Amino acid sequence: MMELNTQRMEDFKGIYKYLVIFIGLAFFLIFIRLWSLQVLKGSDLRRLSENNCIRLRENPADRGMLLDRNGRILAHNRPSYEVYLVPEDLKVNPGVVMEVARLLNIPPEEIEERLRTQKRRAPFKPVKIKSDIKWNELVLLESNRVHLPGLIVDVRPRRAYDYGELASHLIGYLGEIDENELKQAKEATYRMGALIGKYGVEYRWENDLRGVDGGRQIEVDALGREIRPLGTVEPFPGNNLILTIDLDLQQTAEEAFQDKNGALIAMDPKTGHILAMVSKPSFPPDIFARNILQEEWKSLVENPHHPLQNKGIQGQYPAGSVFKIVTAIAGLESGMITPNTQFNCTGAFHYGNRDFRCWKQGGHGAISLHRAIVESCDVYFYQVGLKVGVDLIAQYANEFGLGKVIGISLPHEKSGTVPSSSWKKKRFGVPWYSGETLSFSVGQGYLNATPLQLLMLISGVANGGKQYLPQVVERVENIYGEKLKEYPPVELRRANVSEKTFQMIQEALRGAVNDPHGTGWTCSLKEVKVAGKTGTAQVIRLPENFKRGDMNRVPLKFRDHAWFAAYAPFEDPKISIAVLVEHGGFGASAAAPIAKKVIAKYLNVEPSSPVKAKETENDLDHAD
Amino acid sequence: MQIDRRLFIHFDWTLLGVALVIASIGILNLYSATATMEMSGTPLYLKQVFWLLLGLTVMVTIAFIQYRFYSDFAYLIYFVALFLLIIVLGYGIITSGAQRWLKIGPFSFQPSEFVKISLILALAKFFHRPPERKDYSLKHLPLPFLLLFLPMALILKQPDLGTAIILLLVFFSILIFVKIRWSSLLTIGLTGAAAVPLLWGFLKEYQKRRILTFFNPDLDPLGAGYHLIQSKIAIGSGGIMGKGFMKGTQCKLGFLPEQQTDFIFSALGEEWGLIGSLFVIGLYFVLIFWGLRIAVQAKDRFGAILAFGVVAMLFWHVFINIGMVLGIMPVVGIPLPLLSYGGSFMISTLIGIGLLLSVSMRRYLF
Repeated sequence: MMELNTQRMEDFKGIYKYLVIFIGLAFFLIFIRLWSLQVLKGSDLRRLSENNCIRLRENPADRGMLLDRNGRILAHNRPSYEVYLVPEDLKVNPGVVMEVARLLNIPPEEIEERLRTQKRRAPFKPVKIKSDIKWNELVLLESNRVHLPGLIVDVRPRRAYDYGELASHLIGYLGEIDENELKQAKEATYRMGALIGKYGVEYRWENDLRGVDGGRQIEVDALGREIRPLGTVEPFPGNNLILTIDLDLQQTAEEAFQDKNGALIAMDPKTGHILAMVSKPSFPPDIFARNILQEEWKSLVENPHHPLQNKGIQGQYPAGSVFKIVTAIAGLESGMITPNTQFNCTGAFHYGNRDFRCWKQGGHGAISLHRAIVESCDVYFYQVGLKVGVDLIAQYANEFGLGKVIGISLPHEKSGTVPSSSWKKKRFGVPWYSGETLSFSVGQGYLNATPLQLLMLISGVANGGKQYLPQVVERVENIYGEKLKEYPPVELRRANVSEKTFQMIQEALRGAVNDPHGTGWTCSLKEVKVAGKTGTAQVIRLPENFKRGDMNRVPLKFRDHAWFAAYAPFEDPKISIAVLVEHGGFGASAAAPIAKKVIAKYLNVEPSSPVKAKETENDLDHAD
Repeated sequence: MQIDRRLFIHFDWTLLGVALVIASIGILNLYSATATMEMSGTPLYLKQVFWLLLGLTVMVTIAFIQYRFYSDFAYLIYFVALFLLIIVLGYGIITSGAQRWLKIGPFSFQPSEFVKISLILALAKFFHRPPERKDYSLKHLPLPFLLLFLPMALILKQPDLGTAIILLLVFFSILIFVKIRWSSLLTIGLTGAAAVPLLWGFLKEYQKRRILTFFNPDLDPLGAGYHLIQSKIAIGSGGIMGKGFMKGTQCKLGFLPEQQTDFIFSALGEEWGLIGSLFVIGLYFVLIFWGLRIAVQAKDRFGAILAFGVVAMLFWHVFINIGMVLGIMPVVGIPLPLLSYGGSFMISTLIGIGLLLSVSMRRYLF
């Protein structure tokens, strides 16, 4: 218990009278103010309250533009005339709805419906009736404006993508803000119904792109017509983004796909800047910003080819023969093989009680590492895989970034899967079978990778192990062109692999494109040396007696995916690329020609191939 | 616990009566102000009745406990409140951009409300020993300042500028009450004034704008400025007699963002006019003066400072809130005691009144 301090209480008596005076003054001040508002200005304020005269009008800011690396505009804002009605003002003049419906040629029930469904609206907040009206509609409305109290026609910025579906997955889309996003917004204040980035760059750079909305506080007359502005806040446009992609290259890449589905990513391997990013099928990025039609939405969501998915970072596929690069590196680095190690390929490899086949019927004969990569011999890599073992291969796959999210600044990136013995034990509760190592060593089985991950693999090889963070935005500028943010290259990791091994692999990849029997010959160019690797990702296991040349007779959804990963020029890589064609069959025939067009465009060379003997062509068309 | 029979004789019925009348008007007013709100679940005024009943129970319990007990545990209570503030920054719920709420089961509460009481307790504990000489000087003040700054920093982080300002004002009120040397006060004032431009430089652009808007709402014609003009229209349109119970239009239309909390007085002014407003303001006046008398008539220093701290808290809330809706005070989010909707605030106010009762009914006991 504390001791009582009853002494010195007179201290408080002294201050008491000052406190009384202070508090008395404070209350007197409130009284004066109350008198002034309620008595002196009472009738004025009452009039304002009866007409509900003070209102707010929104004036949303322009969203920042998206530009390509050369400053060409990919996304901007165009003015759009929008029609609004103020429900409170319509109570006095119910005929306005009919009249507006007649002028705009829409059923009045539709307008009524819109007015009704606007829940939780601030009072006197205008309800949008029609957006983006035509010039003649505007003229009609404006000339009848005096007879239409409660009608507002306003210009609003509207997102426009001049190149349609170009790079739609990278750019992303806008949509109306939802309840959750409204709650989470901490610094930025959004109003209800605001458009917010939902996907792609529009989503990730939302805070930079959105400006500061403005508006006006106005006084209106009894019919809801503006008398005078009381306060105005000018909107401030959002910041512009300079993307890393090259418009011309992107266009070339999009066109190269024709009607095929799949993904393509091209990158500068020495900076990590993404030069082009294609995912097919694509979608028109502006559809979500306007009121999307039910059927449109349905056709996008229910499309079996997933147009809303960015396959380059969200699609996970077996890596196929592209993965032989990893198996080869694991073999060399572990010392299990040397460049001179030879295996005999008879067209199949008997292991356990099964025949594991090579893509080439009849086999490659006695073959060493260089040729095994150039001609993509499966049997060779089955045996390398058996020597090295699953876990060491997995370790080198991880070394290059497979099996985990790379960290590109785009939403929903997937991690893929790199199996290992402990992974399988955890996942399925059963041990790893060495037969599975065979599938794994040629990129089939449990292994899954995104096109971005194989791009990182090939870029790492091109760069002697160094991998840069893939980036899609180069810098952020304000409307005055001042640089606000810059994204310099970020070195992610350096694969712990010797220079000698890289040299060996690089030579082999060059051979795969340029040697007489190389599987990637469809990507070879006259003027520059391309290095690359084809691959085929199995969708289903085919019967053992199935001829791979019969692929065209298989239903499309069961056909293999085609891969190609490459870089060029061989001597001094300026572009690396990964292409996946869904159900495209073979890498050489489906994916490599697409890569070739893009590489040729970027390096500014003729996309023609050196002459090739006709018979090898046919053979290699079906190469893996 | 043995309760002294004399406690009942000396129970402060006036204080309790005034508080009950204000709270009852508050429920009626809330009923009218929120009548047109589209809400699912229990109506707000019923929830407020629940909070009031819970608060009254807590209040009576607190009143009958010998307040020396609070002196013994003052610092412990202070640290518990501080701890809750830290928790709120880690696990609190974010609503409209601020992280102020802790959720426990179906209830959520604002620890910052209880921090106000805990700071008053801690300061009363610190100052209950009289200064060696006739007043306190700077060298006595490091600990009290620490007691203020810890919770204030955490509350600013949420951010909740209104509550932080209340803590600051209550703190300085208590300093003046316990007699701080005028030269010391001047030094603090000058140091503070010198620090403002320095701190200003650290603020982000939007934070500066927000603070400037507090002082000049016209800078934000679409937000604070608009709310203020609607608040003035609401109150002014009430005139002398008011529009009558349930007949207000401005507040019901939802022009005001916090019609049930910070701007609740606008609804009162609109429906009850000058007469009703003056009646309620008069009740607050009585409440505050009654409390001030309890403070100076307390039988010991701890009781006096404790009671005065509560009075200061009530006064600043009332003065700033009503001043704000009338447009003579900055637009900071500070609720009006017993009138604004809010469970945590209702309970912390009634805890404060419970402490006043406790001091009041023991002033004749030795």
